[in-house]
Amino acid sequence: MMEPRLGTPLSSEDFEQGKVFTESYAPKAEYAWDTGPSIGRYLAELKEGRLVGRTCRACKRTFIPPRSFCELCFRPADDWVVFPGTGKVNTFSLCYITWDMRKLKDPQIPAVIEIDGASEGHGILHLLGNVDPKQVKVGMRVRAVWKPAPERAGAITDILHWEPMP
Amino acid sequence: MSRVAIVGAGITKFVRRAKETAPELSWAAAKAALDSAGMTLDQIDCVIHGTAPDAFDGVHMKGEYLASGSGGWGKPYTRCYVGGGTGVFAPIHAWMHLASGKFKTALVVCEEKMSSCQPHPQGAFITIFDHTTERALGPNLLWIFALEQQRYMAVHGITNEEIALVSVKNKRNAMGHPSAQLGAELTVKEVLASEVMAHPVHRLMVSPTSDGAAAVVMAVESVAKKVTRNPVWVEGVGWALDTAFWTNRDLYYPRYVEVAARMAYKMAGIREPAKEIHIAEPYDPFAYKELHHLEGLLLAPKGKAPKLLADGHFNRDGGRLPSCPSGGLLGVGNPISAAGMMKICELFWQLRGEAGPRQVKGKPRKAVAQAWGDLMQVGTVVVCGV
Amino acid sequence: MRVSSGQPWTAWRGNIPVTSLYTAGLAGQDFLEALKSRGEITGSKCAKCRQVYVPASIFCERCFGELKERVRVGPEGEVVTFTVCHLDLDGRELARPQVAAAVRLDGATSVLVHRGLGDVAKWKIGARARVRLAAKRRGSILDIEGFELA
Repeated sequence: MMEPRLGTPLSSEDFEQGKVFTESYAPKAEYAWDTGPSIGRYLAELKEGRLVGRTCRACKRTFIPPRSFCELCFRPADDWVVFPGTGKVNTFSLCYITWDMRKLKDPQIPAVIEIDGASEGHGILHLLGNVDPKQVKVGMRVRAVWKPAPERAGAITDILHWEPMP
Repeated sequence: MSRVAIVGAGITKFVRRAKETAPELSWAAAKAALDSAGMTLDQIDCVIHGTAPDAFDGVHMKGEYLASGSGGWGKPYTRCYVGGGTGVFAPIHAWMHLASGKFKTALVVCEEKMSSCQPHPQGAFITIFDHTTERALGPNLLWIFALEQQRYMAVHGITNEEIALVSVKNKRNAMGHPSAQLGAELTVKEVLASEVMAHPVHRLMVSPTSDGAAAVVMAVESVAKKVTRNPVWVEGVGWALDTAFWTNRDLYYPRYVEVAARMAYKMAGIREPAKEIHIAEPYDPFAYKELHHLEGLLLAPKGKAPKLLADGHFNRDGGRLPSCPSGGLLGVGNPISAAGMMKICELFWQLRGEAGPRQVKGKPRKAVAQAWGDLMQVGTVVVCGV
Repeated sequence: MRVSSGQPWTAWRGNIPVTSLYTAGLAGQDFLEALKSRGEITGSKCAKCRQVYVPASIFCERCFGELKERVRVGPEGEVVTFTVCHLDLDGRELARPQVAAAVRLDGATSVLVHRGLGDVAKWKIGARARVRLAAKRRGSILDIEGFELA
């Protein structure tokens, strides 16, 4: 192979000391993402303290988050289902870093929680709470902890976190 | 349909922050690829450019911005993008352009300048999560890899010590790669002593963010044989995308890699990949991913890649099936799309005996490169042979 | 980030929080250094393609050759085209209309785009214009204040 060409390394000091000319720009990228009818109802139900999903009769699937069509067979989705608000930890992590690389002393505990009432392996991303990080295990049974009704806004964060079932 | 070969390859250094603009990086790699083939730009019929989210370089319509640096001036030009899978997707697009008979030669360029993205390139990745149902939880990219690694470990009973061996292997292999950003001699103990970013992921198990570019020249058979005595044939291509509902499927196994791999192996006439493939370059943005992908590529039974790795099966020197002889993303660097193209370049050099200190012995003849991307979704696979 | 209420279907509001930091590049660094310290506009010459690219470039986009020869262009040139802007990026009325002009400086083959200064009504295609430098220069395209009609 030939020698690599270019790729001149700069250090953070090169930037801080102005050794290279730079320009900076922050676009104002603000969005209003339409929820569509399925996620629209998902959020409305969360505000009411309920976790919901939908079914596909052809694939015999019950899925969450709800969607307007089944992505496997392409039919419009069928019935709405209300879940009991319990589940099982499919996987989890203990995260000590934020999205902009700041360190956390106490870890956040993201998890994929398989939702009771949905098809096998169908879950959502959420956070675990009220649990010693060292005690978290794959397969652990958990239940949703809801914010009090006046604080619920129609958001996934209307569920504060999921805690171990007693 | 025409047979298609790779006839030249070029690459820049991969660095954390490059002085060059993105078009300058693209040009450097593209020109090097042309020079290595003894060709000039006017002999190129079409240009394929692969580059990942516009948010990294911070220039929207990035494909258009990079056209001039990729040799696209006045030529039919295609930008393709499928997240981290782009670097292996771009040569697949080039294969289609050439195998169809529409064009005879193609310049295929992949570039990424992640350092533009402030405060840290990691921040651009948060938009990968669903804007309505997930972003409000404050996720970051590490979550999704840590969740997948944890699941892979839990289903198969794999330990972090077994996974850390990937970092040791690849960073050592990278010491023989002149473009490498993070070649190093490490032990498993040192890898596991590095900071826990998102358990079970440690800092030395994560590939860096990088700036860099890599490129190849591809040609139909009649031209390839005139350009070089050692064309590297593109014998199989495959690609597959799984659903974006990533929490509705089991992350322990990348079924989309298997689908893409089967497509490529079938085209290449390979029936027993674990026996017939001599070199593998699976995508390794995180240490466990190499193992995950080796299984998806059918080069190890499910859950068994870690044991094979520990037995030396995937070692560059003396291994039965050297994996990431380049040093991979962990060692060479991860300028998103250019990383996959770096693996394609590695197959090119290895199969021609030009990989220098990284050369796999025994005259390897069949090799596979694979890239991955998006929401644990895409598999792109290319099988090469001489 | 709130859900707009009062409708059966709602929208979720949010943003993409990315700031970009751009390096000038190899050619750009030299171009801006010449502009900052000497008030000069620099281009790159490709003798093969008979092009002079402004700002300077390390490669020719037409033949892909490496460009080492730098030439000074301007400070005067010809107005190739221009427009008069009345609205800003967000669609709000500007306090005063602004000219954006593309000028081919003497010695260049490509055009340089910048603000057009002076009386908006006097701008014409084909007119002669010259670079006006900013009072203070820091190594930025804004070290040029704009083009003024010659």
